[in-house]
Amino acid sequence: MPAMLVLGIESSCDETGVALYASGDGQLLAHALHSQVAMHQAYGGVVPELASRDHIRRAVPLLRQVLAESGRALADVDAVAYTQGPGLAGALLVGAAFAEALATSLGVPTLPVHHLEGHLLSPLLSKTPPRFPFVALLVSGGHTQLMRVTGVGHYELLGETLDDAAGEAFDKTAKLLGLGYPGGPALAQLAEQGRPDAFKLPRPMLNSGDLDFSFSGLKTAVLVQVRALTQDGATLDDRQRADIARAFQDAIVEVLVKKALRAVKESRLQQLVVAGGVGANRELRRQLDMRAARQKISVFYPELEFCTDNGAMIALAGALRLQAGASASPAKAAGAFAVRPRWPLADLTP
Amino acid sequence: MPAINLLAIETSTDAGSIALWRDGEVLLRDCPRGVSHSETLLPLIRSTLAEAGLGFADLSGIAFGAGPGSFTGLRVACGVAQGLAFAHDTPLLPVGTLEAMALAAGGGRVLVALDARMGEVYLGSFEVSSDAVVALGPVGVHPPGAVPLPASGGWLACGNGLAAYPALRERLAPAVDAWLPELMPTADAAARLAAPRLARGERVDPADAVPVYVRDKVAQTVAERLAQGGKA
Repeated sequence: MPAMLVLGIESSCDETGVALYASGDGQLLAHALHSQVAMHQAYGGVVPELASRDHIRRAVPLLRQVLAESGRALADVDAVAYTQGPGLAGALLVGAAFAEALATSLGVPTLPVHHLEGHLLSPLLSKTPPRFPFVALLVSGGHTQLMRVTGVGHYELLGETLDDAAGEAFDKTAKLLGLGYPGGPALAQLAEQGRPDAFKLPRPMLNSGDLDFSFSGLKTAVLVQVRALTQDGATLDDRQRADIARAFQDAIVEVLVKKALRAVKESRLQQLVVAGGVGANRELRRQLDMRAARQKISVFYPELEFCTDNGAMIALAGALRLQAGASASPAKAAGAFAVRPRWPLADLTP
Repeated sequence: MPAINLLAIETSTDAGSIALWRDGEVLLRDCPRGVSHSETLLPLIRSTLAEAGLGFADLSGIAFGAGPGSFTGLRVACGVAQGLAFAHDTPLLPVGTLEAMALAAGGGRVLVALDARMGEVYLGSFEVSSDAVVALGPVGVHPPGAVPLPASGGWLACGNGLAAYPALRERLAPAVDAWLPELMPTADAAARLAAPRLARGERVDPADAVPVYVRDKVAQTVAERLAQGGKA
């Protein structure tokens, strides 16, 4: 198959990403990202309507940037991949409308991509990529899943969170500690200064025997600790906050590490891919690397810039689908589009 | 002088349509009802262009109803228009939805009231002459019983806001001579409004083409919630 130039557009939540990927030599030519985090901060969380309003202002400038950086012309693009879901309906619709119109006008096919497929394939963008088959741990603000990946489009769900996503638990706990929004990364930073075992927190479902997770109780446990410490009108001092952050992070990391490695062993595989925003967490990486090495398991992470949402992983997923012979936009009137805000990854077919 | 082929997209409401303006001749096509615009818009544009024997690169301009209207509908029109315009560097022209409705309503002074849901209407007032529409003030969003009243009489009032809110009709009655409550935004009016602007060389960069929502306060900041005694 000749090299194909695939444009990728991501707009599922609060980041607009655009990228240009060349299949064949498998090269990411350029990628650009706009994060809305600062805009949503004042609201204490992502406001879906504001997210949609911002995406539609960003797509064209980001596309221009990517074309300029890659030195390629729009007319060279062979296919347009975009995130069809899951995510915020209005936000997804902006990327879909722009991508479908662009492709229709250029006369090239579109490739509607599953957002999580983009994440779990994102380590393939690094210099030392994993090879199929592997187990993927998807950990972000919206998802916590373990998947068995045997090839592009072959994803088997092994376990997932029954309530909060890991990143969501980070953000909610950070809010309890007064770290603002989104406080996950700030909490992780604070935890570095905390002492181990200064506070005891549960390890939810650690020994449940399956590969599912539950994190909402952990957040409640933190709330109980904070209430106990502040019941006389006292405020938490820096030491206490750091210790709680440490206890929280240690609890989450221990559960994630144990279940991820168990998933690899039970699948009789040797490779673990960690993707999603929480995959950037340093303590998670430290613990995983250490314990995986003992079990002769190799762990692969996307480059840090591709841990969060981005257009590169969407362009990549689209290119791999194209290579795998996916008929672009099958069985629909050309140009018709529909987003899929809720879309289980395991529903994907090759 | 080469032929002018202008495509107009209007999906501000459930009644979406597209129009192809060809040197004054307008071809209007309605989006099928009961199906979301995302499913029908581009296929309809494709078939209409094919019918006219035109390709996307043959378009000399693309206009879209920029609002106000359904937030999602506005973004579908805007996103599609951006994509089509960017692909072949085609001039892009956002058109006021109420302004185009005023043109469609006829001549003279026109009040346009489009149902904004949530117990409100979008209201605009315009002076219409042949193919020119002048806005007599900014478009606003109001509760039907509190819309600003025109100072004089003799107005033509149009739009589904009149049908949705009897209180609005009651309030406007002293100033209005004629009613067109069934008039909805259509792409042919958007095309007629955009065509002379295109001929004058007007265009908007796709990066700057954004919907005009009018209803701009959609969420409260943490500070605002706290000030009202709410939670962070």
